Amino acid sequence: MSTQPQAPSTPRQPPPQHSAIRSLLRLWPYVRQIRWFLFGSTVAALLASLSALVIPLVLKSIVDGPVAHRDTAGLWQQGVLLLVLGLLEAGLFGMRRLLVARPLASVERRMRADLYARLQRLPVSFHDRWASGQLLSRATSDMYTIRLFLAFPLIFLIVNSMVFLTGIGIMFSLDWQLALITVLPAVPLIVLCSWFERRYSAASRLSQDQNGDLATVLEESVLGIRILKSFGRHRTMAARYRAQAELLRETELKKARLLADLWAVIVGLPELALGVSLAVGVVQVAHGSTTAGTLVGFLSTALSLRWPVESLGWLLAYSNEAATATDRFFEVLDARPADAEDEARAASGTPTTEAATSGTASTEQPARDGIRLTGVRFRYPDAPAGSPDLLSGLDLHIRSGETMALVGLTGSGKTTLTALLPRLYEIDSGRITLDGQDIREIPRARLRELVSMAFEEPTLFSASVSENVLMGAPDAPAEALDRALDVAQAQFVRTLPEGVDTQVGEQGLSLSGGQRQRLALARAVVGAPEFLVLDDPLSALDVHTEALVEQALRQVLSDTTALVVAHRPSTVLLADRVALLADGRITAVGTHHELLESSPDYRELMSGERAEDGSLVR
Amino acid sequence: MSVTETEESLALEEQGPSPDALLPEEDRVPAPSGEAEDIPVPPGAPRALLRSLLGPHKARIVVAMVMITVQQAALQVGPLLVSYAIDRGIPALRDHDAGPLIAVTAGYLGCAALATLLQRSFIRLSGVVNQAILLEMRRRIFRHAQALSLDFHERYTSGRIISRATSDVDTVRELLNEGLQELLSVILSVFYISVVLIVMDWRLGLASLASALPIYLFTRGYRRRSQVIFRRSRTAVAQVIVRFTETMNGIRPVQAFRREAANESAFAVSNGQYADSNAQGLLSMARFVATARATANIWITGIVIWGAFLVTQGSLELGVLAAFVLYLRRLFDPVDQVAMFLNSYQSASAALEKIAGLLAHEPSVPEPAEPAELPAKAEGAIPGRTVDFDGVAFSYRTGKQILPRFDLRIPAGQSVAVVGATGAGKSTLAKLLARFYDPSEGQVTLDGVDLRSLPTPELRRGVVMVTQESFLFSGTVAENIAIGRPDATREEIEAAAKAIGAYEFIAELPEGFDTDVRKRGGRISAGQRQLVAFARALLADPAVLILDEATSSLDIPGEQAVQRAMSTVLAGRTAVIIAHRLSTVEIADRVLVMDQGNVVEDGTPADLISGTGRFASLHQAWRESLV
Ligand SMILES: Nc1ncnc2c1ncn2[C@@H]1O[C@H](COP(=O)(O)OP(=O)(O)OP(=O)(O)O)[C@@H](O)[C@H]1O
Ligand SMILES: Nc1ncnc2c1ncn2[C@@H]1O[C@H](COP(=O)(O)OP(=O)(O)OP(=O)(O)O)[C@@H](O)[C@H]1O
Ligand SMILES: [Mg+2]
Repeated sequence: MSTQPQAPSTPRQPPPQHSAIRSLLRLWPYVRQIRWFLFGSTVAALLASLSALVIPLVLKSIVDGPVAHRDTAGLWQQGVLLLVLGLLEAGLFGMRRLLVARPLASVERRMRADLYARLQRLPVSFHDRWASGQLLSRATSDMYTIRLFLAFPLIFLIVNSMVFLTGIGIMFSLDWQLALITVLPAVPLIVLCSWFERRYSAASRLSQDQNGDLATVLEESVLGIRILKSFGRHRTMAARYRAQAELLRETELKKARLLADLWAVIVGLPELALGVSLAVGVVQVAHGSTTAGTLVGFLSTALSLRWPVESLGWLLAYSNEAATATDRFFEVLDARPADAEDEARAASGTPTTEAATSGTASTEQPARDGIRLTGVRFRYPDAPAGSPDLLSGLDLHIRSGETMALVGLTGSGKTTLTALLPRLYEIDSGRITLDGQDIREIPRARLRELVSMAFEEPTLFSASVSENVLMGAPDAPAEALDRALDVAQAQFVRTLPEGVDTQVGEQGLSLSGGQRQRLALARAVVGAPEFLVLDDPLSALDVHTEALVEQALRQVLSDTTALVVAHRPSTVLLADRVALLADGRITAVGTHHELLESSPDYRELMSGERAEDGSLVR
Repeated sequence: MSVTETEESLALEEQGPSPDALLPEEDRVPAPSGEAEDIPVPPGAPRALLRSLLGPHKARIVVAMVMITVQQAALQVGPLLVSYAIDRGIPALRDHDAGPLIAVTAGYLGCAALATLLQRSFIRLSGVVNQAILLEMRRRIFRHAQALSLDFHERYTSGRIISRATSDVDTVRELLNEGLQELLSVILSVFYISVVLIVMDWRLGLASLASALPIYLFTRGYRRRSQVIFRRSRTAVAQVIVRFTETMNGIRPVQAFRREAANESAFAVSNGQYADSNAQGLLSMARFVATARATANIWITGIVIWGAFLVTQGSLELGVLAAFVLYLRRLFDPVDQVAMFLNSYQSASAALEKIAGLLAHEPSVPEPAEPAELPAKAEGAIPGRTVDFDGVAFSYRTGKQILPRFDLRIPAGQSVAVVGATGAGKSTLAKLLARFYDPSEGQVTLDGVDLRSLPTPELRRGVVMVTQESFLFSGTVAENIAIGRPDATREEIEAAAKAIGAYEFIAELPEGFDTDVRKRGGRISAGQRQLVAFARALLADPAVLILDEATSSLDIPGEQAVQRAMSTVLAGRTAVIIAHRLSTVEIADRVLVMDQGNVVEDGTPADLISGTGRFASLHQAWRESLV
């Protein structure tokens, strides 16, 4: 594998056209709920800044007053005042943070929960497109950046600009000419800041995306650890990771350089202006047009504005990072969940399918019609233009209660077809009905309750065996679990350390491939579903176990409408009839023996012996 | 301040006693589940880690510190110059002597320019150092995670490793970016002001500095409490990531089995724990800031009153007191910054602790201390090597013995088929041979050399395994095949694909061998993934090839094509083939039947088939299942 990180598959949004402020404003729905806390915290911060101005004055007045006049009573009085003010100030400092602690944590929590909920409801095709690390980095680092922004920069942006404006006001009232000289650099500063904002937000977006890519490489290297170990390729992968991490470092260094330049200007320009106004002020005082007192007052006000101005540098940087993080967050949140797509389609009134009007009308069909696919077309969104559809006008009828085996060459689209039934993918045209009802008219949740699946890759979640199996039917009776485990020949679970309560999955016990496959099978059959879809469910079982499972499955299948993807004749024998998938259509349907007789393609597929005419099914 | 001192001040609190007792009742967060799985951190490991990360940058850190010191000094000169300008510049100007004014202005502008330049260079330089440290930390985590053995990965989970290398590293980055500069300027200004105070009046000066004691005590209490909280927060965020990645990786079953609502409530628990510990971190910081500030202000009041008495007694000048109290106020100004620094510091040290724990974990399948080499092959000898299981027994960490003690010898060049019921221990046997695990007893040898003494590259020239799960990385098909041998040319890659009949389908993909197969190879079908995984192994060209159900998802013509290829590919190679479809067995020289961890039958296929044992009946059943 090349050490050069390739362009990640995740779609990159074009650089945002709108300003950082527009992005940040989108946070309003979340911020709204904590606005009073934020407001309170801002007020506390303002008052605290004010006390920073007042307390020195009180100190001064104590020294100039009671102390200078040896006035003990006055000293105690003022001392108490100082103490009270001091405690008040401490209270304000605490308040500022106390007020927002929980609200901010809850904003982060809600945003993350919303992101997670949305991701779970986005169609599988969305997940196909997005690299996993990109999603993860949105849920962690980006969320953290946003919380940090709300906690400090946002409040200080407000407080510091108020302090700044007040300071400028005071300066103008003291000496407008000097003030003008001091404020003049603000013009280039503003120009520069907007230049900076563009550059910096591009860089921070890039670094966030690169962070996501880095997480992707990391995740893959951990999930694929067996492969890497088995080929001893950890060095290769480490080099790849490092190359990716170096890209991120470059971007971060670029950010640092931008920030360094900005900071230099933000610190430097006002200081230079201050130097000039010092000279001018001195000349003015010497000429008598200003008093020395005014000059001192002016300069000390100007010096006290150093911090609010300097802080502008990192406030801007933070705001930009938060803005790009917000953009990234909303890229996922703006993606339409599958259900919303349906509603939109229903609202726009486009006919759900051409077949609905041209083909057989649903009303004519009997209630127990089984699974019927009519003129189903499907292609993956990223299939090359001009290539034939993967499924091109496929017709198939599985009668109610019948078990249909689906066979076809590797890559012919069997798995794809099974994924269409529970609407993990949407068909492009044509129509699929369950007992006469178009699946697009059945709410997804209900549809997926009706259609139960076993995927070709058995995935167990981090939960107990019983939870994993009962996932297929949360309110199934207790016996159902035992029955399902028996059907799948998964009696081995009873010998696990804690029986069916043993934790399995990533955070639990690892099982053998066949054991996992049997649990996934048990999960599919546990709820005695009306429609059952099994994708190569016995591939990891030995011949004996397979025979036992088949025997038990026949019981279950006898009153279920089922589609079973099969590669081996033994699995095919489970089914009443077999459908052969080739070139995107069902080219033959019949019993195993009929097809062996009539279809050379089928014979070849099942026996591996080349048909007489030498043609290959594909 | 020297580098060693910085390190000391950065030194992490040892794993001190940090029980819940330190937290007030309402602060106790329920420990996030999964905490029990966390690995222990050897005492001192976080500190050692930090030292080793900072070590190579000592010189740069010193330069950066000098820069910021001079920069602060240049900024402090400003007010002095202002007062000089007013005291001297104005009278001089009135006497028509512009000299002092020009000098002062030039000085002011010079200082401003110097401070600006230094600030800029400081940010750049510290950026370089920080990024180098982060890069090194990421690199170490990654390499170590790769070196850790499978039994570790099985219990630590991918999510936790991801959280170590992402969220925890981010936390350290935060400290490096924000914290250090603040800390340095705080230390400098506190130092500067303390000197001024003592010079002005040593009695009041010392009394002021005595405030350090209570503030230190509060700080210590705060650090203890926040340490507990931040540790929780690290554990909680890891749990969030674990749940998140698990859901996203299993999105199809999640949706097909309508797990959305159940997942959300499970996620809400981890997410809530994380939010809770974050809130508590902020709350405890708020309390700390308030207490420290209050102490400082009480101190100021005390000093003012004492100073007033001293003035009354005549032992202190009024002017000195006036200046003193104003400086005193500035002494306590940075309390807020100190709190923020402490906050990022505590958070980062909790993260470093987790990272150090991971890095300190020794792989249970380690690289050999004294690497051996496989004996050289004689000219013209077959590529295969002899495998010996010598009194091997094995149990996973769960304790149950999966493989009872056994001996097994596979001569060089032999292909052995391993069959048996699911869960019999076939994959386990294969994994021992591939050294995914080390046997609990006995040894596995290759041409007489213990696998444990072979360094990884040598081991992988010897043994390669095609695992039961055909995992593909996102990237092109060619890259995925090239995992077998990274320096392979395109022709070799294509030849490997051709050899097992994968060339055709790959060529039909939109961009042929350069098609991105997406995460986990989701863009191609299950059978196609198996073919790619197979091609990888062919390219690797090892002495011993292990195939663990490598053709289970193929159609029959595909499987037969692979088998035809195997008879040439395997010639002269030692092979262990695990398969349920007995057609595979026919190309093997020898068959092992396993049952509950024991090899119960062993012989040539022909012998076993004609016998009356398990294999004969297995074979019979299989024949019957065929067309
Ligand atoms: N997510 C996807 N995006 C784009 N193309 C895909 C995707 N999944 C599958 N394909 C392509 O669609 C074709 C059919 O794949 P599918 O998984 O349905 O095959 P299959 O018949 O189930 O094969 P197998 O027997 O190997 O499981 C393959 O050629 C594959 O390359
Ligand atoms: N990582 C693991 N940790 C603990 N126990 C395990 C682990 N992997 C497998 N086991 C257990 O060890 C036993 C043997 O597993 P193994 O994977 O070797 O079986 P197998 O013969 O390859 O089965 P299959 O044909 O289903 O792949 C099983 O009972 C399994 O539950
Ligand atoms: Mg498939």
